[in-house]
Amino acid sequence: MNATAFAECAIYVLLLLALAWPLGAYMARVYNGQALWAQRVIGPLERFVYRICGVDSAAQMDWRGYAYAVLAFNLFGLLAVYALQRVQASLPLNPAALANVAPEVAWNTAVSFASNTNWQAYGGETTLSHLTQMLALTTQNFVSAGTGMAVLVALLRGLTGRLTTNLGSFWVDLTRSTLYILLPLSVLLALLLVSQGVVQTFSASTSVPWLDRVLTADGKPVVEQVLALGPAASQIAIKQLGTNGGGFFNVNSAHPFENTSVLSNLLQALAILLLPAALCITYGRLVGSPRQGIALLLAMFALFLPVLALTVWSEHQANPLLTALGVDPSMGNWEGKETRFGLTASALWATATTAASNGSVNAMHDSFMPLGSLGPMWLMQLGEIVFGGVGSGIYGILMYAFVAVFVAGLMVGRTPEYLGKKIEAFEMKMAALVILLPSAAVLLGTALACSIPAGTQPLGNPGAHGFSEILYAFSSGANNNGSALGGLTVNGLFYTVAIGVCMLVGRYWVIVPVLALAGSLANKRAVPPSAGTLPTHTPLFILLLVGTIVIVGALTFIPALVLGPIVEHLSLR
Amino acid sequence: MRQQLGIAMRILAVFTLLTGLLYPMVVTGLAQLVFPAQANGSVLRANGTAVGSALIGQPFTAEKYLWGRPSATTPFADNAAASTGSNLGPSNPALVDAVRARIARLRQADPQNGAAIPTDLVTTSASGLDPDITLAAANYQVARVARTRGLTDADIAAAIAPCTREPLLGIIGTARVNVLCVNLALDHVPVQP
Repeated sequence: MNATAFAECAIYVLLLLALAWPLGAYMARVYNGQALWAQRVIGPLERFVYRICGVDSAAQMDWRGYAYAVLAFNLFGLLAVYALQRVQASLPLNPAALANVAPEVAWNTAVSFASNTNWQAYGGETTLSHLTQMLALTTQNFVSAGTGMAVLVALLRGLTGRLTTNLGSFWVDLTRSTLYILLPLSVLLALLLVSQGVVQTFSASTSVPWLDRVLTADGKPVVEQVLALGPAASQIAIKQLGTNGGGFFNVNSAHPFENTSVLSNLLQALAILLLPAALCITYGRLVGSPRQGIALLLAMFALFLPVLALTVWSEHQANPLLTALGVDPSMGNWEGKETRFGLTASALWATATTAASNGSVNAMHDSFMPLGSLGPMWLMQLGEIVFGGVGSGIYGILMYAFVAVFVAGLMVGRTPEYLGKKIEAFEMKMAALVILLPSAAVLLGTALACSIPAGTQPLGNPGAHGFSEILYAFSSGANNNGSALGGLTVNGLFYTVAIGVCMLVGRYWVIVPVLALAGSLANKRAVPPSAGTLPTHTPLFILLLVGTIVIVGALTFIPALVLGPIVEHLSLR
Repeated sequence: MRQQLGIAMRILAVFTLLTGLLYPMVVTGLAQLVFPAQANGSVLRANGTAVGSALIGQPFTAEKYLWGRPSATTPFADNAAASTGSNLGPSNPALVDAVRARIARLRQADPQNGAAIPTDLVTTSASGLDPDITLAAANYQVARVARTRGLTDADIAAAIAPCTREPLLGIIGTARVNVLCVNLALDHVPVQP
């Protein structure tokens, strides 16, 4: 990694911390009901929502009630996204006269957006009408992120509650997350992006003449350049802030209308990690010990920075097969990258978007060097806990924290505790479920796809790289990331169904055990800390946590990673 | 429980209207009011007629023009109605073949040029619509464009300079040249800013 690349990454990390800190403090005040200034402005809207929806904002839910509300709300969201796609041809705001979406693609997209994955089995500008993009996708971008944040807040009430069954109200947590946090930030970011040239209009396209003569592949002249347009900026703002990642255009944030400049790229890259990082600060404040949140943030950086360094270094390497043809060996790997971002910002984005469960791309990961795609793939496989999704990243890494204190407890022969709550058999079962189910979905899905023609025929690249495409797809789906090695054609029946199932597993079979665990923790009394208690904010604990994550992640996935990126890397020499 | 189902449906309807309809409409309204040129595709105009977008690349094949990044869009290059990348992996023989053909085309157009081939000039962009090339890729083509047009290298460099953007703060990004901007200048098209 050269000095400029290092400086570029350092600027990014410092800006991220500078923004995450105050935002995290603000969010803690929102969930505590202490954001007085914001309540004066947004409070009337919040109360209006409760009134017309019949929500009693003081009513409390136990974990079953909370889980029921989450699942019911997400199911209706999923059905709405499916239905809108299936009838979009007969609805307004369809200026490009796009047809109804095929059932399997519509199902996949519905699951994808409800589960905060935003895997794209569809090509944005060629498949979905503006109405579908807005009513279905933009709405889910908000509420799926809000769902993750709400579940996190419920878990925190479990950690801080004493002998209670109350986890708060999902409706209140969802509404506050959306109205106080996601919506204002999105309006601000969307307008900043428009100022940089990101398009925002209800027309479908505009046309401009060519300067040179342009012919199709079979020699016919093309009259003019049709520029696809649409209400992109509003969707992109929440796609980045809500760790969603589903693009307005097919190539996502690589499209010059979706991500126009160095500055728009920096803003979007910051938005990818902003809320997941800020929520660490929020977490510390809500459990009454800011150091706890900082410990989680440091553990995340300890995993993020080495992968970032590997990815940036890899993409600055030249492809030896092209060097042999006379291509400049000093320029790095430019296939599938945009000139305005450059190599460092493309590698930085790839690392950030897979560390968070965002999944938007500004470069084609399929054309990354083998070791450049290894890091992003591994970050997803860890379960989207290095920053992770908004809310889901922290409840994910907390599962590892429970495993870490449990392992430490086994070593010294004490009942493990976390924040004064005893971690017992039930908590360990739930944490193990959360960690193992998505991993199983990744490996079993990959194995199935490798062994049937429906899984291997859609491959875009031969050899070890083809295997990487499959492994990446299931890693992305089962961990709700949404990015892809795009050479794999995923709109066929097998992949739409299989990835759809993985996305459901990765989201809801995680949320339900997390809420069950929250319910169990809430019901315990707090144990006062003693000399034998393992403090969970010290460098020792951070090391233990990172070690647990690396060992679990490494043992589960290194064999599969060897077959893909590592074999390809060795074969390139 | 049934009451919760009712709330779930109503709250979804409210958020659909609020975040799915009202939010994009408000942002569109503000964008069209405050940043009309940017919000509608940054279209460049000369004497009132559109001549291209400042943000979207166009393909150039004539030797008198600066060439841009190769594009993977179909059925023609830089199809801005259907963006796509090549998605070819680094070990894919199809990538090697495609790059070999592009190098042959560059060498055929400029046989005297013995410099190493700038990587971005023979590899496809992520979107297929990249408007820029690196400064190295622009400099590589100066002699060819000058010779074809009967101009000096300095004339071409003078056209490239105003279309060049340096990295932000000298650190973030790559020095890059907007290809359409250079070619419009070379053809003396009076583009209004």
